[in-house]
Amino acid sequence: MGIKRALRHSAWICWKDLLEFSRSKLRLVMLILMPLLMMMMVGFIFPTGDTISQQPIALANQDMAVNGTSLGDSFVAQLETVNEQTGMMELTDAADFDDIKSKIQDGEVMGGIIVPSTFTSDILSGRQGNITVMTDQSNPQMSATIQTVLTAVIEQLGFLMAEQNLNQTYGVSLEQAPAVLMPYNVELKGIVPGDPNYFEFVAPGIMAMVVMMSLMTGLPHAISYEKDMGTLDGMLSAPISRWSIIVGKVMAQSSMGLIQGFIILLLSVLLFGVTIQGSILLVVFLIILTVFSFVGLGILITSFADKEETATMVMMTFMFPMMFLSGVFFPIQQMPSFMQTLANFLPLTYAADALRKVMVLGAGIDAVFTDVIVLAAFGSVLLAIAVPMFKRAMSR
Amino acid sequence: MSDVAIDATNLTKKFGDFTAVDHISFQVKKGEIFGLLGPNGAGKSTAIRMLSTLSAPTEGTALVAGFDVRKEDGKVREHIGLVSEKLIMYDELTASENLRLFGNLYDIPKDVLEKRMSKLLDFVRMKQWADHRIDTFSTGMKQRINVIRALVNQPEILFLDEPTLGLDPQSTAEIRELVRRINIENGTTIILTTHMMTEADMLCDRIGIIDRGKIVALDTPVGLKRSVSGSDTTLFEFEIPNLTPSLVSSVKSLGSVKSVVQDDPTHVKVSSTGDDSFDTLVDMLRKNGAQIRTVRNLEPTLEDVFLKITGHEVRDEAAKAPIPTRKGGPPGMRPRKRVR
Repeated sequence: MGIKRALRHSAWICWKDLLEFSRSKLRLVMLILMPLLMMMMVGFIFPTGDTISQQPIALANQDMAVNGTSLGDSFVAQLETVNEQTGMMELTDAADFDDIKSKIQDGEVMGGIIVPSTFTSDILSGRQGNITVMTDQSNPQMSATIQTVLTAVIEQLGFLMAEQNLNQTYGVSLEQAPAVLMPYNVELKGIVPGDPNYFEFVAPGIMAMVVMMSLMTGLPHAISYEKDMGTLDGMLSAPISRWSIIVGKVMAQSSMGLIQGFIILLLSVLLFGVTIQGSILLVVFLIILTVFSFVGLGILITSFADKEETATMVMMTFMFPMMFLSGVFFPIQQMPSFMQTLANFLPLTYAADALRKVMVLGAGIDAVFTDVIVLAAFGSVLLAIAVPMFKRAMSR
Repeated sequence: MSDVAIDATNLTKKFGDFTAVDHISFQVKKGEIFGLLGPNGAGKSTAIRMLSTLSAPTEGTALVAGFDVRKEDGKVREHIGLVSEKLIMYDELTASENLRLFGNLYDIPKDVLEKRMSKLLDFVRMKQWADHRIDTFSTGMKQRINVIRALVNQPEILFLDEPTLGLDPQSTAEIRELVRRINIENGTTIILTTHMMTEADMLCDRIGIIDRGKIVALDTPVGLKRSVSGSDTTLFEFEIPNLTPSLVSSVKSLGSVKSVVQDDPTHVKVSSTGDDSFDTLVDMLRKNGAQIRTVRNLEPTLEDVFLKITGHEVRDEAAKAPIPTRKGGPPGMRPRKRVR
């Protein structure tokens, strides 16, 4: 009876919050826009091999012909043929190292290739032909990408050259040449069918993150805002349990978090070609569990923060490390070991991990059992701390 | 049942080293309008917050509608209504949605609630605005809805914390009228805080003057004023164009008159005792052919009372030094001294 009555009060408070929310068109638009932008952002900002296109690269061919033949010219011709097919670079001519350097400094080009003057003579006299690749190290991401791409292209051209040399000098047939040059070949085989993209990696994490954000920002905001406005006094002076207030607020914030979570799910499937391998029901269960694990943290922040601004600051302090440390954007395994240890204390790590396993790898409940236990434990412990704190904070 | 609505004993609230309310004890009788009068920062709001169970007393307690605010806060809440300094209403919701929300928090059955809502809206002549959003209302309209929101559970006791703060003169008059009607028509006991002397004088049956967390005087408005003049003496100033020495001496001969001072040929000040002294004076003057052009009551105002009792004028304590609100203090509550 008591619980039923308290829940009825919660339902009314939740109804009030959602009604208030639905009256603001801007907030409704944001509810949908936020996950959309989030997906676009994380999906497109990171450079990957196949997103490199039309990068301006300077090319300086300083090679001096020996007896009328210039191997540098044929290298450039081959490079241009490859580039025509892939469209990775936009080649511009340059004179020498200094010229390319100033072009990079001016921002005209992202990198450069230099064929040195001794290129032909080196090769003809049995040495390796050096090719210089110049990058702008002040932009490490781009520098690394351009370096990788150019090195691969040049190596590939060298490989073709080697095949021809083998054929002409030793009479090895062109079919056999690769086996002679590279006896070992690497064949990649992932465990996910199809061709997974970065979206499949981030989508589950983003879902967990959006749910987290809506609780961690929404809950303290919802309560401290009412405190500041004075409307909380209306609820506090009514004969209802303090529980009802917090439960009602959690209900409202969770529904908004869930809506955003599902918008992400929908967008991933419809717009970004993500396929869900595991059970949808398990995904839903995990999202609800994620909500549960963050409720306590949200209430805790609410109890500590006496003003809306304080709540926002405290929340930001916790949220950003969570976002970047929990493997949503970057795999945890890439991080230094002490960061990995830290990541193990964040509930978002487990939420993102479990959702990824189920959505991308098609795992069942047994594979995410540890995650489920950790999330449930985290939620319960924090709630046990937060509820008395909240009650105390309300009667100050 | 006793006829006491509120019985506060040594009610105290401390925020750290700062004592906002300092051992106040008072009783409010059922059906009366009781005023807590004092400057901002005197502890009025904190007292109201403790009585309405929003803030736990540091020391002492109070019985509100017969229940202890410390031990039976749930019971107290069932019997009170609260209009606090800030509006307790959701701007994006309509008037009736707001009333419905709070009605449901009091577990009022649906049909009873709907009937009561319509009666309350009628009571403040806001029925045609029932389905309009609060943020489309004027400040006065908002406050009318805010007051009936506090009446949705038909409380025995209604707390009003600065109910006319920030309202224009017309709305202020409306709200004062409303408070009086609630008291008369529903028999609701009302406790209101104000820093306006005139408001306390106009509305309250009894007034507690609160200064620096202490109740320094408690009486009816008339009683408080008499405490300044020392007895039940009232001072009148008459303007009589055809004033004659014989008129003055016949006034002097009246039994209730204690002294007569003539300032100039047409003005005379009369100090007299007794509740019917004014009638006696006027009757006598008219009988002797005096044409009374104006009469002024030189009765002391509550301002005088406050000045006499506290030794300083009504002023906002907080305005003297910009001191940050202490953690956990109620909004608008500022300590007087910086706590080191």
